[in-house]
This record gives sequence, structure tokens and C-alpha cells, in this order.
Amino acid sequence: MRFSGWKVIKEGLTGNRGWSAHWRDAQPKPEYDMVIIGGGGHGLSTAYYLAKNHGMTNIAVLEKGYLGGGNVGRNTTIVRANYFLQGNSEFYSHSLKLWEGLEEDLNYNVMHSQRGLINLFHSDGQRDAFARRGNMMVNQGDDAILLDRDGVRKHLPYLDFEQTRFPIYGGLYHPRGGTARHDAVAWGYARGASDRGVDLVQNCEVTGIDIENGVVKGVQTTRGAIRAKKVGIIVAGRSGQVAAMAGRRLPIESHILQAFVTEGLKPVIDHVISFGMGHFYISQSDKGGLVFGGDLDFYASYAQRGNLPMKEHVMEAGMTLMPMIGKAKVLRSWGGIMDMTPDGSPIIDKMEGIDGLYIDCGWNYGGFKAVPASGWCMAHLMATDRPHEVAAKYRLDRFRTGIGIMDEEGTGSQHNLH
Amino acid sequence: MRLTCPVCGERDRREFYYMGDAVALRRPDPEAGDAVWDDYLHNRDNPAGVTRDLWQHEGGCGAWIVVTRNTMTHEVLETALASDVKGSVG
Ligand SMILES: Cc1cc2nc3c(=O)[nH]c(=O)nc-3n(C[C@H](O)[C@H](O)[C@H](O)COP(=O)(O)OP(=O)(O)OC[C@H]3O[C@@H](n4cnc5c(N)ncnc54)[C@H](O)[C@@H]3O)c2cc1C
Ligand SMILES: [Zn+2]
Repeated sequence: MRFSGWKVIKEGLTGNRGWSAHWRDAQPKPEYDMVIIGGGGHGLSTAYYLAKNHGMTNIAVLEKGYLGGGNVGRNTTIVRANYFLQGNSEFYSHSLKLWEGLEEDLNYNVMHSQRGLINLFHSDGQRDAFARRGNMMVNQGDDAILLDRDGVRKHLPYLDFEQTRFPIYGGLYHPRGGTARHDAVAWGYARGASDRGVDLVQNCEVTGIDIENGVVKGVQTTRGAIRAKKVGIIVAGRSGQVAAMAGRRLPIESHILQAFVTEGLKPVIDHVISFGMGHFYISQSDKGGLVFGGDLDFYASYAQRGNLPMKEHVMEAGMTLMPMIGKAKVLRSWGGIMDMTPDGSPIIDKMEGIDGLYIDCGWNYGGFKAVPASGWCMAHLMATDRPHEVAAKYRLDRFRTGIGIMDEEGTGSQHNLH
Repeated sequence: MRLTCPVCGERDRREFYYMGDAVALRRPDPEAGDAVWDDYLHNRDNPAGVTRDLWQHEGGCGAWIVVTRNTMTHEVLETALASDVKGSVG
């Protein structure tokens, strides 16, 4: 089934009876060339690019729940390429370029909206840091514009510029930044992979990884054993548990990040706005809900729901920045499990010492925008056994050697500081 | 979430600073080598279930506390002064 404007009109006129399921709900086979553990954004995009770029179609994605039920369906959908450090900047730059062609490539409306991202700053020192970041972004080939206070006022007249706590000095504007519909990204990649022959197996939890003499042989699941020559672990917040099945410990702590959405309102916020000093960011969904969030709750958790202190903190920061949202009613809040690394940067690597085992994890709170490039690079690694050039720095051993640590925020490479 | 400080009693979570896994109480020998130090500094069991982590009663008496907690439910099972726990681990 191909989507098009004509198809929408035709179906609209004929009772919408011609739509079919977007992907096959496959039964697991006893053996595959490759198995991907985890049907989130990264697992699905990896499967898609394995099929599309490398012609590998005897593959299964094994998902313990339903496709897209993890973080890929829980995030606040910001897509950007405003990274500073070499290693990160080329990767996210590549990802944003893939986003820009994604809907055409997938024939799927992921509602990618480049509405512009504005990161506010509140001191001279922060202005200097943002000017430097903007220059790095421009050097990388991406876009950045340094706005002074009047420049910000033109875009965001409703902010409280004169607040005494963090008066607004200006902002770094990234016009190509924006949002996308998170579920649709998972569904679009699922459909693309399934159409190319990949088996998407839901309600199939991996419970063991079979390794003989240092070589991967397959996995044990709640739906039986499955043999495979190569296995990719792509399970975000659950990376620790799945790596333990291969006898490995990872430099990862799982933390909770909350988000919030209000009732639907008429369009008021056109951009994505981030207010780093207050740990607050916001955008408005196409349905009209204000989607916003803040920082981690800051303790290890798998509960997928947070506590009151961070909720209050986020609401207070929102009211400081834009008192106009004070009467909007919050409809829902939720949490996701974040795979936090000490330096805040991800890992796409082979599992050293175990042939045929690969891992893609450590996305912290920013892995949604990475979905296209992570899949692209993980597929490249699994198919060719060599890292892709834009993900060459995402090595697992950087923590042991201390070489190539990518502490983008400059807070120190230590758990609980990101 | 409320935590019981062994010195001050039950207090709101906001009074505490979180430091991560209580592994920090088992500092290896300086000469123990790369792998041991990597494990200590970076690698974590990261359990989905009962864990032990370090909190400081920063907004109270300042004590470091080992909290035994369930990461699935946020239930707090036990708290003890880090100085006592450390002594018993050696
Ligand atoms: C509140 C919130 C806001 C966020 N905001 C943003 C944002 O604005 N921009 C951004 O870029 N990023 C954001 N993120 C981060 C982003 O959502 C994640 O980094 C990213 O989705 C993680 O990758 P994933 O999609 O593959 O994870 P997931 O969707 O969590 O996929 C992992 C899958 O693995 C499955 N799994 C786990 N264990 C097993 C097993 N044993 N067997 C089989 N399957 C298993 C899980 O069920 C899950 O479906 C946010 C996250 C949260 C929670
Ligand atoms: Zn106390």
C-alpha cells in the first residue's frame, strides 16, 4: 500500500475500506541471519537500513511489548543538530539530513516540522558559550543564528523578558530544528522494514543470549529459542539487563525523565523553546497540546513515572518563563527510562570479546532525533563489522581508556551529573 | 518519595542529594589497574529491582546515607548511615 494525496481522496470518497495494516505481525522463525533485540525507534531504524542499505532481509526485530511502546512513544519529539563536540556534531548533522528526506524515503507522514528551535541565554558568559556553539554548528554545515534580546522578542513576544531571576539576554536560533510525530516515526520504519521482508515479532521478550566459545549463536525468548549469526542489543533503558544476559556490565544507569501535556489550545507557541537555566523546554503539538518537560528526577528508576518535586520544578520554571501558560490545564504526565552514560554520549559498538554481538545504547534523554542516524550506523556496523564514519567515536572502551570521552555539557564524565 | 535519615527521621526527598550506586563505598586500590577502576567508576549492575544507593541529607544534618530501594516501585526498604555500612564492608 502506497500513501498519496490521491489515495486519501479516493478512500475518503469510498468509505475508507481500502486501508490495510501497516506491517505484518510476524511469527518468530527458528533461525535468522540477524536478530535485533528491541522494537523501539533505534531497533526499527536499524532493521530498516539493514534491509535497505545492505540487502539483509532475513532479520527479526524482537520486542517484548508492542512496537513503539517504549521511549520512542514517550518523548517530547525534539529534532535538532546543535551539538558542539566533534564525534557528536557530525553524527547529529547526518541524522538531521536523514530526517529531511525521511517522509519521502519511507512514504510515510512522520509530521517532521522544522519550526525552529531557540535556546535562550541569560548572561554574558552564556552568550559567549552559545556564540561558540553556533560557530561550531555553522562549521559543521548546519544552521545557527545568534539572536539578541530584540531578536528573540520578534519570535517569542510572550516571554517574560524582565523577570528578575533569569532576565533574557538572547537566544541561539536553529531554524532547521523542530519536532516530529514520535509514534509515526516508529510506525514508518516498522512498515518500511516489514515491506522489505523483516519479521517484526511483538510480545517476544528476550530472556537469554546464547554464546559458545565467545561466538553468539542466538537468543532465548518467551516464544522459544531463535538462532542467529548476529545479534544487536538496542533496548535503551533496559540495556543493563540485556547486557547481563551476555555476562557484561555497562557504563549505564537507568533514570527517569518526565514529560507533560496540556489540553489542546489554539496555536500560541510556534517554535521549540528551551530555557536551560530553569531546566524547561516546550513546544505545541499539532493537536494543540503544550508539550513540555525538564530534567531527570535524578535517581535510578525503572518505574516509568516520576515524583512530585520535579513536576513542581518544571511547572515553576514554565511560569517563570511564560506566565501566559498559567491557566492551561495539564492533562497527562508520564515518564520514560533513560539509558544514561557517564559522559552523556551514546555507544554504537561491537561487544568486545563476543563475536557477532553488537550494542547500540546510551541515548540519555536525547535519542529521538538520533533514530535515523543510529539505525543507519548500527546497520553499517552489523553488516560490515566496521563503524560508520559519523559514529566512529561512539566506542564503548572510551570510559576505560579515558580517550575520546564526549562530555557535551561539560559537567564532568561521571554518573548522576548528566 | 520520603527517605528516613538515621539521624533526623523521615524527610521529604527534596532534602537529599543523590550520588548513585553505593559502589562508591568500595573504592579499589590505586594500583588495581584499568579494568577494576573502569568497573568502579563507570560500569553498573543497574538493577530493575532492589538496589543500594548513596544519598546525602544535604538539607538536613549532612550525613551520607545508604538507601536500599526498589527501582521498579520506588519503595524504600532500609536506610543506614554510610559510615556504619562502610565499616562493616571493610
Ligand atoms: C519524557 C522523555 C522526553 C524525551 N524527549 C526527547 C526529545 O525531545 N528529543 C530527543 O531526541 N529525545 C528525547 N527523549 C529520548 C528518546 O526518547 C530516547 O533516547 C529514544 O527513544 C531511545 O531509543 P528507542 O526509541 O530505541 O527506545 P525504546 O522505544 O525504549 O525502545 C527499546 C525497546 O526495547 C524493548 N525491550 C527491552 N528489553 C527487551 C527484551 N529483553 N526483549 C525484547 N525487547 C526488549 C522495550 O520494550 C522497548 O520497546 C525523551 C525521552 C523521554 C522519556
Ligand atoms: Zn539527617
